[in-house]
Amino acid sequence: MTKSPKELRAEGATPLVEMDDISISFGGIKAVDSVSVDLQPGEVVGLLGHNGAGKSTLIKILSGAYQKDSGEIRIDGKPVEITNPRDARSHNIETIYQTLALADNLDAASNLFLGRELVTPTGLVDDSAMEAECRKIFKQLNPNFQKFNEPVSALSGGQRQSVAIARAVYFNARILIMDEPTAALGPHETQMVAELIQQLKAQGIGIFLIDHDVHAVMELCDRASVMKNGQLVGTVDIEDVTDDDLLSMIILGKKPGEAAA
Amino acid sequence: MTDTTTQPIPSSKPRNLFQQLELDTRLLGMIGAFIILCIAFNVLTDGRFLTPRNIFNLTIQTVSVAIMATGMVFVIVTRHIDLSVGALLATTSAVMAMVQTEVLPQTLGMGLNHPATWAITIVVGLAVGTLVGAFHGWMVGYLAIPAFIVTLGGFLVWRNVAWYLTDGQTIGPLDGNFLMFGGTNGTLGTTWSWIIGIVATVLALLTLWNARRAKAGHGFPVKPIWAEVTFSLVISGTILGFIWILNSYNIPSRRLARMFEARGETMPEGLVVGYGLPLSVFILIAVAVVMTVVARRTRFGRYIFATGGNPDAAELSGINTRMLTVKIFALMGFLCALSAVVASARLANHSNDLGTLDELRVIAAAVIGGTALSGGIGTIYGAILGALIMQALQSGMAMVGVDAPFQNIVVGSVLVLAVLIDIIYRKRLGAK
Repeated sequence: MTKSPKELRAEGATPLVEMDDISISFGGIKAVDSVSVDLQPGEVVGLLGHNGAGKSTLIKILSGAYQKDSGEIRIDGKPVEITNPRDARSHNIETIYQTLALADNLDAASNLFLGRELVTPTGLVDDSAMEAECRKIFKQLNPNFQKFNEPVSALSGGQRQSVAIARAVYFNARILIMDEPTAALGPHETQMVAELIQQLKAQGIGIFLIDHDVHAVMELCDRASVMKNGQLVGTVDIEDVTDDDLLSMIILGKKPGEAAA
Repeated sequence: MTDTTTQPIPSSKPRNLFQQLELDTRLLGMIGAFIILCIAFNVLTDGRFLTPRNIFNLTIQTVSVAIMATGMVFVIVTRHIDLSVGALLATTSAVMAMVQTEVLPQTLGMGLNHPATWAITIVVGLAVGTLVGAFHGWMVGYLAIPAFIVTLGGFLVWRNVAWYLTDGQTIGPLDGNFLMFGGTNGTLGTTWSWIIGIVATVLALLTLWNARRAKAGHGFPVKPIWAEVTFSLVISGTILGFIWILNSYNIPSRRLARMFEARGETMPEGLVVGYGLPLSVFILIAVAVVMTVVARRTRFGRYIFATGGNPDAAELSGINTRMLTVKIFALMGFLCALSAVVASARLANHSNDLGTLDELRVIAAAVIGGTALSGGIGTIYGAILGALIMQALQSGMAMVGVDAPFQNIVVGSVLVLAVLIDIIYRKRLGAK
């Protein structure tokens, strides 16, 4: 890393991804209302807010699960259209969902390559090659993992999470979206994910991290954007705020130093 | 990173025998049940059940339901259901009956038993089945009407479209060449049956060997060589044994004499000719092989199982699950039409009640064969074995002389019992 994300931002460098003035409504309710967030390479931006604040909805627009009503998404400064998960993938945006988004009945390799299977010259799915690749990536991510021939339903929460993360890493994600990646995990596994985030950050990957846990955000993120009722309360540098500041942004919906509305 | 808490199995731990052999215990259980069933009926019928003649009949009676059951596996794996297969079978059969007895010979003036009639008829039938299936799939996938409703409607619609097309009459006799697909009227004879049996054996062994080589090539654990050899012997024995049994069912001499008379020849004294492999059974085997390859080795198959396991995950992985639904139902429709060919050819005519209750037999076959209604789980060979068990049960009871109402009572109970055993088996497996 030559420059930190903060230095890049200070210089006015083009962000890796910008979501500009994004809005989406469901049945007349504005789930996301004119929200703008951005992300530098190697930066972790936390998205905070209550349940229903619109943070998952916002991020699902970036991952292609929902389509925005208005606003613009720019990657490397260029406007892009993302209308489905395939579009997002073609822009190297990978998502690790809260619900893990794994097919429980398939094994790790099939999940890792789901939608992007390796095939033999005759066009048939090449399970052996996929398992070999899967073993390679797990040697790096989680060397103790051995259950390559069992459905992922037989795996622990942490192992399942590593399958989801392996998918993002294997396909060279530049932009990684993690929707409460530690929600289903024990303390030890949470630590593993935290270390992984540091590792990915060092590789220059930009990460959006959605989390309820203010402490986790304080520990892992460079900046935090707080949402309430579909609107952006504000984006702050983690170095400039305390846990309490973030909490009051989440609960009261005001930036530190601002008077209560 | 290197220190994860959850790793119960160290890689060095010797695997137990079952794990080493990678045997499908569920399949073994089903085969065991089937064998016990056959032996029991054989004892009860004083050895009439396991004769070449009865095994021959059993297989040709199973074909129609078994072909549709392979398609039903895909439908149920993706958490759908198809209640219209029996009715769709009737409609496609009715269409084909009209094409081969009215449209081609009379309207188009090709005359009776024209050599192209059977081929045109089957192409038309398969096209109709595929289109109707795709239409069902479109309503399920794109209009989001539950498959239960779409096919319940289809059940009424297609049953009566068939009725309307034929005015409720039995249409027959069907085209002479078309009847080849029914069973007894179209067998491959002993020589060709042996050739096909040997080719099939060689292909099966090659497939096994290639799979082993691919695994070994990547350095994955493989089965011990003695297990591989034993398994190969069992497979070869099964294939060739099956052919041998079908070959030893001889064409009755009076029937043989009639066949010679029809050709204007006289039958040589004391001639014995075996039936061999029926064309319809050959079609079923081909369908089973193709469907198994589709399920295991194609993206289409992989997406079917992924969608069944977690529809949201499949969607988020970029799989077009709506189009997938259309394809699955189109395939189901195609297989219904193929079954219609076999079913109507076996009876030598199209009757108005053809395929009645087949939807339930097909679903039962798939479910007895281990397809989970909750989706994501099912095998093609399981469904075929399920169809075979149902048919064996039905015709075995008929041979023993069980009253008709009791036959259905038993079949119904077996269905529920089979699912119960499956649930208990899976719980045990999950708790392990």
